[in-house]
Amino acid sequence: MSGVPWSVSASMTWRKGVNAFMLGLTAICALLAVSVLFFVLGYLAYHGGRSLSWDFFTKLPKPVGETGGGMANAIVGSAKLLLLASLIGVPIGFLGGVYLAEFGGRTFAFLVRYTTDLLNGVPSIVIGIFAYTIVVLKMKHFSTLAGGIALGFMMIPIAVRSTEEFLRAVPNSIREASMALGASKWRTIVRVIIPAAIRGIVTGIMLDLARVAGETAPLLFTAFGNRFWSPGWNQPTASLPVMIYTYAVSPYDDWHRQAWAAGLVLLGLVLLTNIIARVALSRGNIAPRT
Amino acid sequence: MTTSATTAVGAGFPWDPRSWVRRLRSGDEIAHLITFLFSSSIIFITSWLVFELWVNSSLPRQKFGLSFLVTRIWDPIAGDFGALPFIYGTVVTTVVGLLIAVPLGIGAAIFLAELAPPKISDSLSFLIELLAAVPSVIYGLLAVFILIPLMRTTIQPFLKSTLGFLPFFTGPAYGVGFLTAGIVLAVMIIPFIISVSREVLLSVPGDQREAALALGATRWEATWKVVVPFARVGILGSVFLALARALGETMAVTMVIGNNPQVSASLFAPGYTIAAVIANEFTEATSDLYLQALVELGLVLFLLTFILNGLARLLILLTTQKAGAHE
Repeated sequence: MSGVPWSVSASMTWRKGVNAFMLGLTAICALLAVSVLFFVLGYLAYHGGRSLSWDFFTKLPKPVGETGGGMANAIVGSAKLLLLASLIGVPIGFLGGVYLAEFGGRTFAFLVRYTTDLLNGVPSIVIGIFAYTIVVLKMKHFSTLAGGIALGFMMIPIAVRSTEEFLRAVPNSIREASMALGASKWRTIVRVIIPAAIRGIVTGIMLDLARVAGETAPLLFTAFGNRFWSPGWNQPTASLPVMIYTYAVSPYDDWHRQAWAAGLVLLGLVLLTNIIARVALSRGNIAPRT
Repeated sequence: MTTSATTAVGAGFPWDPRSWVRRLRSGDEIAHLITFLFSSSIIFITSWLVFELWVNSSLPRQKFGLSFLVTRIWDPIAGDFGALPFIYGTVVTTVVGLLIAVPLGIGAAIFLAELAPPKISDSLSFLIELLAAVPSVIYGLLAVFILIPLMRTTIQPFLKSTLGFLPFFTGPAYGVGFLTAGIVLAVMIIPFIISVSREVLLSVPGDQREAALALGATRWEATWKVVVPFARVGILGSVFLALARALGETMAVTMVIGNNPQVSASLFAPGYTIAAVIANEFTEATSDLYLQALVELGLVLFLLTFILNGLARLLILLTTQKAGAHE
């Protein structure tokens, strides 16, 4: 675009002006979008940091009217829900992904991929209704189990897709080399291909966990909520996201402070997991290069 | 080795029993069967979900039929249920969200894909992906304590004094309402529009760009008149994807929509969306009909997102195939 003498017609000046203006505008759009992240982080760090204390991690919620207390039960509840979710989501997602990458034929694999995309697009609140109808309606009460199942279903699609993607990234020559040495197909998959792709698969599942850790909607009427410890798997349990919701919409100032603290903890965990996983993905070779 | 390495193991007929037994002994058939069962379970779970939604909404479907979708009354005590205020609220908040998010998102995607130096583009894209990972309840928390007061004291009075002649910007400024929910939705879907549109723009073959520049187009003209039209269908796909997400978005919207089932032209008025009413009233539903009406709302939401997601994928596929065929 350089090299045009600057005595050219006004139209060229106009075009150049439009060029600069529009390019600047797109840059502003990008900056605006990114600044939201810093805005969110800054506000949470400011408000949450002020309300965060050791009690938050170790104490139970206090009754309405008393200040102080913490969310220890919600932290443990979230951890239990995520454990249950992984027990459902990871095996189905991982083995389903192995099938798609290594065994899948044409039609059936297409059907599985299509359904996986479909399940991925189902709004989380609808997954909550599903878990409600199959667990809560049958057992007649809310439970950790129901919440874990809801989150587990939500984990499946991403686990499938990331497993398939990273297995496919393993070069075919490695498969052929293993089979040429006389290994059977499943031995090749278990001993050669999966180890080559494992780092990618694990990071994919970490991202998946971070995503469902922040899910609130499917827990509202499955895990419900609880102001006390929830022993076992058969009772309603508190969880961090639901606590943030109920505390934020409540009329009490002390609960608002707790909501900020819980928000900071949740966001910190989610973003940290994301950063670690994404850095691990971009650095180093996930799948061995050919 | 006699075992063929490349043929798909499952291609059964006509099969030779001896080779089948050999493969079974080597474990291949077992591994195939196990992974097959797990992947079929995905189809099973999804069909089960649709089945449960259908069965558990039979009462209102029989009682109200299709008029459920166009009835304005939602009166749990009298047992009258109509979905119109919720469908209206969902559509209005989504449209407001898209009106804000689409120009911003596409602008940012153009910057990241076409103009920014690779290093800056990569680090900004990284931040945008982090933004997409922020849980919805966190956006809700910020909206409740920062956006709602701001809307009530500053933005809504301002809009009223400048654009108050339009029916959209009338009525008292509560802070909560369609407009606030739309803004929150916009913030939440912008990252999705940016990252999908950026991918689509990056898939446009480089010679398209170079040809336009060689003909003397400015950078912006090459982008706007050549690259963007080439990627148009895929960008539309990213918008549909964002649309599907916005429709199903629950928590942040529930916290700012105002929870009032009404059809109002004013964007300042408190409203209700499908996802929000399910979130708020599901645990309070006292009668079977009430509960099932909420499940039917879930079914409506499911069908809406199902159709939109399908369209979005088709559009994105079309563009990437076009780019592939071009090369």
